[in-house]
Formats: sequence, C-alpha cells, structure tokens
Amino acid sequence: MSTVPVPVLELRGISKAFTGVQALSGVSLKLYPGEVHTLMGQNGAGKSTLIKVLTGVYAPDQGQILLGGQAIHPASTLDAQNLGISTVYQEVNLCPNLSVAENIFIGRYPRKLGGIDWRGMRGQAATLMERMQVRIDVTQPLAHYPLAIQQMVAISRALLVSAKVLILDEPTSSLDEKEVALLFSVLRGLREQGMAILFVTHFLDQTYAISDRITVMRNGEREGEYACSELSRLELVNKMVGAPSGSEVPASASASPERSAAPSKLSTFLRAVGLGRKGALTPMDIELREGELLGLAGLLGSGRTEAARLLFGADKADGGTITIDGKERSFASPRDAIAAGIGFCSEDRKHEGAILDLSVRENLILALQARTGILRAIPLKRQQQLAEQYVKALGIKAASIETPIGSLSGGNQQKVLLARWLVTEPRLLILDEPTRGIDVRAKQEIMDYVSALCRKGMSILFISSELPEVLRVSDRIVVMRDRKAGGEYPRGALDETSVLQVIAAGDAHE
Amino acid sequence: MSARSPYFTSLVTVALLAVLLGAGGFAYPGFLSEQVLFNLLIDNAFLLVIAVGMSFVIISGGIDLSVGSVLALTTMISAWLLQSWHWPPLAVIVVALALGAGFGAAMGAMIHYFKLQPFIVTLAGMFLARGLCYLISINSITIEDPMFVAVSQAQLPLFGGFISPGALIALITLAVAVYVAHCTPFGRAIYAVGGNEQSALMMGLRVGRTKVLIYAFSGFCAALGGVLFSFYMLSGYGLHAQGTELDAIAAVVIGGTLLSGGYGYVAGALSGVLVLGAIQTLIAFDGTLSSWWTKIVIGGLLFVFCVVQRLMAIGAAKKAAI
Amino acid sequence: MSSPAAAARAPINPSKVPMSVRHPLFRPLAALAILLLIDLLMVPGFFHLEIKDGHLYGSLIDIANRAAPLVLAALGMTLVIATRGIDISVGATVAISGTVAAMLIGGTMVMQDGVPEYVANTPMVWALCAAMGAALLCGAWNGLLVAGLGLQPIVATLILMVAGRGLAQLLTDGQIVTVYYKPFFFIGSGYLFGLPFSIYIVAAVFVVTALLMRKTALGLFIQSVGINPVAARLAGLKTAVLIFFVYVFCGACAGVAGLMITSNIKSADANNAGLLLELDAILAVTLGGTSLAGGKFSLAGSVIGALIIQTLTYTIYSLGLPPEVNMVVKSVVVFLVCVSQSAEFKNMWRRAFPARAKGDAS
Repeated sequence: MSTVPVPVLELRGISKAFTGVQALSGVSLKLYPGEVHTLMGQNGAGKSTLIKVLTGVYAPDQGQILLGGQAIHPASTLDAQNLGISTVYQEVNLCPNLSVAENIFIGRYPRKLGGIDWRGMRGQAATLMERMQVRIDVTQPLAHYPLAIQQMVAISRALLVSAKVLILDEPTSSLDEKEVALLFSVLRGLREQGMAILFVTHFLDQTYAISDRITVMRNGEREGEYACSELSRLELVNKMVGAPSGSEVPASASASPERSAAPSKLSTFLRAVGLGRKGALTPMDIELREGELLGLAGLLGSGRTEAARLLFGADKADGGTITIDGKERSFASPRDAIAAGIGFCSEDRKHEGAILDLSVRENLILALQARTGILRAIPLKRQQQLAEQYVKALGIKAASIETPIGSLSGGNQQKVLLARWLVTEPRLLILDEPTRGIDVRAKQEIMDYVSALCRKGMSILFISSELPEVLRVSDRIVVMRDRKAGGEYPRGALDETSVLQVIAAGDAHE
Repeated sequence: MSARSPYFTSLVTVALLAVLLGAGGFAYPGFLSEQVLFNLLIDNAFLLVIAVGMSFVIISGGIDLSVGSVLALTTMISAWLLQSWHWPPLAVIVVALALGAGFGAAMGAMIHYFKLQPFIVTLAGMFLARGLCYLISINSITIEDPMFVAVSQAQLPLFGGFISPGALIALITLAVAVYVAHCTPFGRAIYAVGGNEQSALMMGLRVGRTKVLIYAFSGFCAALGGVLFSFYMLSGYGLHAQGTELDAIAAVVIGGTLLSGGYGYVAGALSGVLVLGAIQTLIAFDGTLSSWWTKIVIGGLLFVFCVVQRLMAIGAAKKAAI
Repeated sequence: MSSPAAAARAPINPSKVPMSVRHPLFRPLAALAILLLIDLLMVPGFFHLEIKDGHLYGSLIDIANRAAPLVLAALGMTLVIATRGIDISVGATVAISGTVAAMLIGGTMVMQDGVPEYVANTPMVWALCAAMGAALLCGAWNGLLVAGLGLQPIVATLILMVAGRGLAQLLTDGQIVTVYYKPFFFIGSGYLFGLPFSIYIVAAVFVVTALLMRKTALGLFIQSVGINPVAARLAGLKTAVLIFFVYVFCGACAGVAGLMITSNIKSADANNAGLLLELDAILAVTLGGTSLAGGKFSLAGSVIGALIIQTLTYTIYSLGLPPEVNMVVKSVVVFLVCVSQSAEFKNMWRRAFPARAKGDAS
C-alpha cells in the first residue's frame, strides 16, 4: 500500500440522453485491478445504459472513459473487446451448436499448416477451463452443458482476449444456488489473479457475498460508492430506493378507504400452495381474497413477476396446487386462467401486451373477444361503446378509438391494456407494474380506479417497485426478496422504513 | 455420441443407404455390381455438386431455391456462347462459374444487408434465372463443341469399372468443401452463423462477409453443376433441372443436416444424394413401380427426417429448460 | 362511408399528402391503373367489350377469367402470410384436387337415343367433394406440422410440395387425364348471366371470406397472432387453432383453384397444373400490401395483386414480347417490393430524405 492504486478503468462524468430522457448524468466510477465492484440500482436507474456506454453500444454525450489512464472511445462491442473490456451477459452470447473449445477460440483459432490446429485448441481450452476448476469435455457442443457452465465458457473466452476488465451483466438471474457458488469461486480466483471485475446484479445476498465495493445508481446518477464492509443492507436498500418521501404522490381521498368487512371476514378466491418453478421462484404459498388488494412488495428481480405468471398460467409451475373457490385447478395456458376469472396486466407492455398495429378499440376488447369465442364477434357498436366507456373512465388520451395503439404514449398504452382486462370483469386482476412510466396524475387515476374496483368485490394482486404506492393501497402485503416469499403483513403494520428493513434483512427475519 | 446428438441422423442416413443397397442386392441380381454403384455417382454428379453448395447455405441457417434455375441458366449460357459466339470452351466455363458466383453473391448481399428472408429472395432469383434462360432461347441449344463432347464420352477407369470426369469433379468439390467446413475459420464461421447469428456477430465474426460468400459459393456450385450437366446432356435448355433445388434440399436434409441450421456434416450431402439415387435405381430395377414413386418416397423421407429432427429439438429444449 | 376498420388501417401521422393517397390500397390500384393505361395506349381494342351468343367477350373478361385460380390461391395465401407463415405447397394441392376430380369424373361414352353422351364415372357431386376433401387434407397436413409440431412453415410446406405433386403424378401415371363430362366444364368455362362462372366463384369465396373476417373475430385474431404472438397468447387467444385453420383454408382455396383449372383445360395435368403458382400467389399478396412479416392483411389488396399479375402477363403477350419476359419482370418486381418493405431500406430512405420522411408513417 505504498503507492496510490491506479484504477484500470475510470469513468468521468458520463452523461447520456435519449429523446426526452436523461438516462445518465455525470456518472463517475473507478475500477481497480484485483477487485469485484458491484453496480446496483433499481429499474431505470441507468445500470444497463452505463454498461452499454462502456461496451461501445452507445457513445456518451459527455464525459470520458479511461482505460489504463488512456482515453478510449469504443465504437462497438467488438471494439471494446479488442481494447480489453470483455462482457459476459445473462444470455450467454455464444453458439450452442459449436463445441466448448470452439466457442472459446472462434475468431482466433490456433493454426497449423494453414488449417486449424484442433488438438492444440482442445488442449488449451481444457487448460483454461481447468484454471476455473471446471473439468469438462471441451469437445462436446456447448448446448450440452447447463447455463452456469456456459457462462464459465464465456468468461474463458473473455480471458483469452487478455481482458483487463471483465464485466458481468446480471449473470446469475437464471442460476440456482449451487451454480452461483461455482461462479463466485471462479470470480474470486480471477480477482486473486488481479482481474478487475464489474458485477451488475440486483440480488442483495449475492452482492454481499462477492463484492469488495459497491456503486449505487439511482435515476441516472451515481448515488454513491461504498466499501462493501461499510454499508449495511438496510443502508444499501435505502440508497437504492431513495429516501422515503411519499411526497410525489398527492394525498387523495382514497388514502384510507373504508372497508366494508374486516379483512379476516373476506372469502378466499384463490389459494396457491407450494407454487414454484426452478430457476424462477422458490415454492411459496399465497392467498387472494375477494375485495382485497394484496400487494407484492420487493425489489427488482425478487420473483414477483414470476409468481404472477405462474398464477396466470403463463408459465408452467413445477409443483404446487392452485385452488379456486375450493376447487383445485391447473392452468396449462393463460386461457384456462382467464376462464377461471383471472386477468393479468403484464409489466412488459411492448412485448407482452400491446398489439401495436391494431387500434385502441381492438386492443381493448381483445381478451373479452377471446373469451367470447371466435365465431361470435362482439358487435361493432358494443365494441365502440365499451372502448368509449373505458377511454373516459381511465382518461386515455387518444385521437380516437381507432387510432393504432402504437402511436399512443406509454402511459396511455398502459391504460388501454388495463382496460383490456377490466372489460373481462375478472374476479382476480393481477397488475404487474401498472404505473411504470406514467405521470403522477395518471398514476393516481389508475390507482383510484383500481381501489374502487376492489371495494366492489374484485380481488387484486398488485405488484410495484414503488414502495410508497404499494404501502398506500394494499390491504395486505407480501414482501419478496431474492425469489423467495418473505413475510406477510396487514395494512398499517409496515411503513416505508420497516418494509425496507424486511427486504434488507434476509433470512435473519424469518 | 448419444442419440441426443444431432449428428445421430447423419449416421442413420449411412445406415439407411446400406440397407437400401443391401435390399437391392438381395432382390435384384446384378444390383450390387461396381458399375451400378458408380453409375449412381455418374448420373447424380451434378446433384452432388449442388447439394454441397446447398449444405453450406442450410448449415448457415438459410436456404437457396434458385440453384436449379441457375444450373439451367448456366447450361443455356454455355451452349449459347459455344454455339453462337464460338468462344473457347475453357473461357466459357470460367465465365459460367463466375456468373453463378456473382448471382449468388448478389442474392446473399440482398439477404444480409436488407435483412430479407432467404426463401423469398432465392425464390425470386429462381424465377429470374429461368426467365433469363428462356430469353436467350426458348428451344434447347445442342452443344457440339469437341471438348465438351470428348468430356461427355470420357470414361475414367476405376477398380474395374469407370466413372465420368463429372463424377470425379463432384468428388473433388466435395472433398474441398469438407476441408473448408472443418478446417478453416471460414467454414467454422458458417456453423457459428447457423447456430446463433447474433452471437456470432458479438463474437467478432464477419457475418455479412460470411453470408455473402456462402450464397456466392452456392451459386458457384449451381454453375458448376450446370457445367457438369452440359457435359452430361450436351445441350442448354430452359427446362433442365426443374425441381432440382428440392432434390438438393432433400439430399442435404436426408444426409443429416438440420434445416434450422447449425448442425450437420457437409459429407452428408454425399450420403443423401446416394440415398436418392439408390431409391431411383431401385424403382427403375423394379420396373413395375412408376417413377413417380421416387418423389413420394423422397417426400416421405424428408418428412420423417424433419419430424425426427424437430422432436429431438423439442426434447433437448425440455432438458435444458430450468 | 369508410368503415372504422378501414380507417384504422390508414396511418394517423399528419401529412401534407391527402388521406386517399395514403390508403393502403392506393399503391396496388395505381399499379393496376398504370398497366391498364399501357394497354389502352398500346393494345388496340383492349377495352373493347362485345356480347356474342349471350356471353360478354373482351380482354378484360379474359383477364378476370384467367386470373380466377390465382385470386383464389392468393386469398388463401393471404391469411397464411398474415400469421407469419408461408405455404409453398399450393401448386401441389392444385394438382391433387384437379387429379382426383378428373379421375373420378372422367367420362365414359354412352349412347342415348342414338346420340353419344358422356356420363361421369362418379356423380359429379361426390367427385367434387372428394377433390375438396383431398385439398382440405393437404391443408390440414400442413396445419398439423406447423401448429402442432412447430415446424417452420417453409419446411413443413416443402414436404407436401415435393411429395404432393409426386402423389398426383402417381395417380395419373404422369399422363394427362381428360375429362369428357360436360357439366364439369361449367366451373371453369361456363357462363352465367353473360359473365364467366369462374368470376362468380371467386366473388363468392371473396365475399364469404371477407364476411368471415369481419363478422367473426377471425380477422382480429389472425392479425393479432401475426403481429404479436406472445401478447395474443397472454390475451387468451387459441393461437394453435388459428394457425391450423389458416393452412386448412389455404388448402381449400387451392382445391377450388385446382377444380377451376382442370375444368378450364378439360383435363388434369399433374405435371404442370399449378406449377409455380406459389410464387405468383406470394407475389400477389405482397403486391396487395400485406407484409411477409405478418400482421395486418388485405384481402382486397391480394385480389388486386392477382389482377396485376394477370394483366401483366396479358400485356406482355399483347405487346408481342416473349412470354418469358414475364418471369423476369415478376422476379424484379418481387425484389423491388421486398426491398422497399424492409426496415433497412426505410432507414436508408429516411437518412437520405429526412424532410420527406417526416410525413411518412414510421
């Protein structure tokens, strides 16, 4: 420690804006050799944009990237790779049909007599993998091996290029505990060899297991940089979510809705026991009651969407049972769930919700029409009537109901998709981030509407990353973290500070 | 190698070929003579060359429906240059091959740079090539050039029988292609692009250049097939090789290459072509079955191979799913 | 009078160009108009219509009559393409249906009152049913492979394309099967109220299909599946059933086209019937404005596209150009249409003409 350590990678004042959105403002970061530096932040914090700037996908509007003290301007991923910045993504960007050895060496084959030196390549590949404590047959196609091993191969390839910086972008999202442990032992080994590792994740436990330092991002800015040992979980969660303000949301009349019956007197609509799916959700129990709004609180990646998809039949559960009105049901597809009276408003409205070229009206009545059947088309007049009704009720801003949904703003698209499910008059409505990307006033309108529905007897499962919102509207809250269900709390039992505590606390609390 | 491996189907084809030849030898005296087997190669030399080019395209995840028409166009251009313009035969061959490669490269460029679907571009290319064929001449043009005639009649002795120069050229082409596919970075890039084009791009492979070259090679093979066909038929005609592209695709698939790309051996083109040839020969030997059965059997084999490949893919996906 | 659905198809971005020009049918109609104009100027008597023996005769009638099988094939192909699929086996299905009908009907000579007459070997009704049944089976086969097994459409329909024609050739032993039974000729060459009967068939199929798309939820569902299959599934659509249906429908249309062609030439030619009909049908659909990437489709556009192709053939013939020019022109048109539809090209266009592009729908 006689000399000041020199960062191998430094970002100074990086700013990047897209039309109307300032994705990054003045972000700085220092990455030193022989450390694992974790980048943390919620959805929209700017993590992925920062990585894209680092790897040459975007050029920063302002700021500098310094590698080994020299300013660099990577123009593409390949460029960044050649400069020494290698990235391993969640979806391993390798070729599943080629062998492990080939995947490591493709583009830089060892040559012999004008052709490829296969034996030499196999030997080198085996050595590289062994250095990471992985002994496998490198001649087998990559697809034979589980994702964890594939990521090791991706890392090997990165090392081959004598990377100075290794970036791992959400590598553990599809791994189970054992595989994560394997990955981490490899990373520790690399760290000891002096590699600078930038690790992007949203799992709290993993952050504490592997990091030396943590940079927290929020709203496109660097919130702070901390040594892992000096930051408690609670402080970390606090910094990611932001100081509990609640001031953004205007006080509304529905802040404390009257309950027509005490929570315990409400009848159960749906009960799921042991609902889980390998790699997505640890088996959990959940109960949804009529007239009750159940909030799923948790950070990004805590398993809330996964749970919702299992309830809706969008994914197949590994095990567990779902009972509705006392009768056991199994959902092979969303159709079954819809027939049982469930509606699901997905968080990914672009890919899973909006049918962009179709009109507002057509998008709105789609689920209802699907339930009505192919042969009996809903009369046009009725369609128009329904569409106009919900346009008014939800305050959807569109030129007309015949406008293609693609030309509406994100918030208005979301309202149309919400209306799609409201029209089917479901008994259980699952809302996954329904207010993301919507302005404050519209958020309020939607939540008021939803709460009113609840009072009329609909059961609602509400997922949101905005804790103040969840706390405000939910009758009951289930806290989720790292793909496991945490505790269940009635209205009023948690406030913003304590919910963060529960999220941060981890196993200690249960 | 387990049954899971996609290369399993390649072995199945070889086994199938052995069964066909064995059954033929059992049922018909004289079936298993050397010359009958060599004739398989001689009669289908042009198809082998086309199938080799098609292998490259299919392994890379694409498809080329224009090869039959490019073959016909090549025969027509060759015949026309030889008979009407009296060009020296070697120059004619060189020009024909260059045109084929150029045609393929143009289609490849359109497919890659405009991100168009290969089947529609090559389908239109098929129409274009055949139309150009007829524009040159509606009727067939007989080739009387002495070199072509000599090659057409030549017999190269081999193990007591003989093969044609065409068959030899086809085998050489196959050998070169196998070498390229397995021992050169370009060949491996073809597999990479077929496995996951996006990944190949991110791994730094020159995907655009690779794709254009692949289609250029397919066009070159189609032209070479056309040259071999002109040796065989000694004429240029717009009606030549109707449906040959389908035969080539069938040969490649039956030879064990997945139509979805990324898996397969180029050598499978040989076993596929031989299986097709064997079926045709068997039907001819039988004498009672009409030759239309060939198409049905090929279609049936194609179906079986595609379904099996698909089922194996579904099985593999289920295993890999977390 | 434009229905809400038609208005929905028109882009909303404000532009200096009037609404009618931006209507999706404008370009195909304009292309057809240009061709007809060329005919008007260069082919004497092109628009001449006369009534002979109670039948309306003229080039226009001729074109419409000959285009009928292609229109049918294009209608079937439209729905398949709308679901992001493709069916290259249409030609084989045409051959099969025509062959089955011809072989069952045939026509044996029988003397009635001293006058030779031909009776059908099988009652025509049953023969037609059998032919349509065969066509529906072909469509169902394709549908099973694509919707049930998940094979790529090009692969699945390739199998029938290879085997199907072989099957037809096998049935006829490669020979042309002549039909002698007069009533059968009515389908392809008969006249009703002065117009060819085939036009009525096409009109009926078009009207029924259009009604099916509008009056039931089929049109909406097919478009949804083509535009965003994931969202469609999450909204509760039976995507597999829908995809199966469009292939069966395509097979049915091909079946009727096969009957028409066979009736028209009074024989079944398994070698050549419907040959290369696939490309013509695909071209007609793309010319009509439906994108190969699936999604919104236009039945009327496909009809116009088929008419364009037929008019083109006729124009080339009338101008004395060799008919092979047809193939060259068609392929060039396909290239141009595909390139202009591609996103890459639109980006290049936008970069080259930024001011103009502001008015274009994105």
